[in-house]
Amino acid sequence: MNTVQHTPAAIRIQESGLDPVTAVSDQRHAAGEPILFKLDKGQTLRIVDLEGNQAADVIFYNRDDLAEHYSATDTIQRQGGIYLTTGSVLRSNDARPMLTIVADTCGRHDTLGGHCAAESNTVRYALQKKFMHSCRDNYLIALQHADIGLTKRDLVPNINFFMNVPVTQDGDLKFDDGVSGPGKYVEMRAEMNLWVLISNCPQLNNPCNAYNPTPTQLLIWNPA
Amino acid sequence: MTTTALPPISELSDPLTTVLPNPSQAAPVDAPTFWQRFPSPSLAGVDTSHTMWSDILPGGSHWSWRMPRGSAIRFVALDAGANLSLVMYNAMEKLERYNMPDSLKAQHTAHYSKGHVLMSDMGRAMASVTADSLGWHDPLGALLDNEVMTEKYGEKRYGDARNAMHRSGKDGLLIEIGKYGLTRRDLIAPVNLFSKVSVDEQGCFAFAPDHSQAGDFVELRFDMDVILAVSSAPHALDPHPVYAPKKVGLLAWRCGAAPANDACRGFRPENARALHNTDMLYL
Repeated sequence: MNTVQHTPAAIRIQESGLDPVTAVSDQRHAAGEPILFKLDKGQTLRIVDLEGNQAADVIFYNRDDLAEHYSATDTIQRQGGIYLTTGSVLRSNDARPMLTIVADTCGRHDTLGGHCAAESNTVRYALQKKFMHSCRDNYLIALQHADIGLTKRDLVPNINFFMNVPVTQDGDLKFDDGVSGPGKYVEMRAEMNLWVLISNCPQLNNPCNAYNPTPTQLLIWNPA
Repeated sequence: MTTTALPPISELSDPLTTVLPNPSQAAPVDAPTFWQRFPSPSLAGVDTSHTMWSDILPGGSHWSWRMPRGSAIRFVALDAGANLSLVMYNAMEKLERYNMPDSLKAQHTAHYSKGHVLMSDMGRAMASVTADSLGWHDPLGALLDNEVMTEKYGEKRYGDARNAMHRSGKDGLLIEIGKYGLTRRDLIAPVNLFSKVSVDEQGCFAFAPDHSQAGDFVELRFDMDVILAVSSAPHALDPHPVYAPKKVGLLAWRCGAAPANDACRGFRPENARALHNTDMLYL
C-alpha cells in the first residue's frame, strides 16, 4: 500500500489570536436555521459551537463565478485525507483554494457526511420522516429568497463542521460522538470573495446534534 | 447478432493507437460481439444470449449511455489495475443525480460491493450492485484532473500523440455530461469502479495498487432511467508514475426491475426504502 499524504489529516489544535471585540460582525445563528452571507477575500470567519456537538453544514461559492463551489472531493484528494483541521485548504471544483483553516480548537471536521434532506431521511430512518425539517430545506429556502442564481444543482457535498464521521480500515462509515464541545470553534480565512451558505443542522433522528439542535455564533474579522 | 468467435483480446488492436480501417459502404451495422473477448469467468451468471450490446472501452477514454430502468451492465476489467470513474443522472429529471454522501451514510459504508445501492439526492435508488468479484469499489470521489495528470505524467497532447494523448477523467466526464446539457456546475463526485482507497486512523488515504486483476467484474442494475457517463482514465490517487490506463469491457442486457425478493432490497432496510422510493416513479 502506498500512502498518499500531502497534508496529514490528524487532529491539529490551534488557538486563534483574534479578539472578538475587534470583529466587524458578530451574530448568533439560531438552531435549525439557514443563513447566507458574503465573506470577502482576506476576511476571517469563526464558527463557534456554543453548546457543543452542533453540526454546521456549510457550502462555499465563488461570488465572482457561481459555477465554482466548494468541492469535498478536490479538497480531500489534494490533502490526501478525509478530515479537516488547522492548515486544511478548502478547495473548489477547480481545485483552487477557497479558504484556509487558520485556527481550530475542535480539531476534526467531516467532509463525507453531506447534509440531511427530507428524501434521504426517508431512506435512512423511515418513510414517514419526510415532513421533518432538514438542511436541504434550509439551503433551498435561503437560495430561493436570495435569488442570486444558485439552485438545487449547486447543493454539492458540504462540510460538516464539528461532526466526526470516521472511515474504518474495513471501509465502513461511522457516526461517532463528536470531538467538539461547548465553546469550541473553527476559524478560516477567505482566499476569494465568497458566498457562505450554512444550515445549522435541524436533524433529530441521529446523534449529530446530540438530538438537541443548538445555536452557533458567527464572527468575521477584516484582514489586519 | 453474429456469434462467430472473435480473436482474443490480446490480438485486438487498440483503437486509440491504431487507425482501424473503415468498413465498406455496403457493410451491415458494425456491432461486434465484444463480450466474446472477455475472460469467461468474468461473465459468470450472465446469460449472454440476452446481450443487447457489448463494448470495449480503451484505457483513458470516455463514453455515456442512457440506460433504462430494468437494464444492467456487467463491467469487466480487461487489464490488471483498471479504473472506471462513473457518474449518473436521472434521465427524466437531470437535477436528480447520484449523491456520494447520501449513499454512504445510508449504508454506513465507505466502499461498494454486492448488495449496495447507489442513491440519488432524492432518496431513490439509481443503480444496484448485483454482482461483484472484488468486494471493494471506491466511492470517495477522487477524479484525475489536468493539473494532477500533467504533474504526475507530463504532457502528451493530440498534436504529438494523436489518440494516444493523455486524457483526464475530469475532462472525459465533462465532455460526456456536456452532451446532455450538463455543465461543470453539475459534475458530481464519481464512483471509481475497480479501485480501492482505504483510510487510516488519521484519515489519510491509502491507494491499493493493482487491486483488480484482468477478469474482475462488477455489475450494476439500473433502477431508474439514468444517464450514465464513464471515464477509464487512471484513478487520481494511483501512484504509478506512468500514464497507463486500462481497458474495461461492458456487456448490457435487459434484466427487469428489482423483484420483491431482490437481494439488494434485503441487504439493508435503507436500501429497501430507496428502491421503494424509485418504484414510486414507475407506477
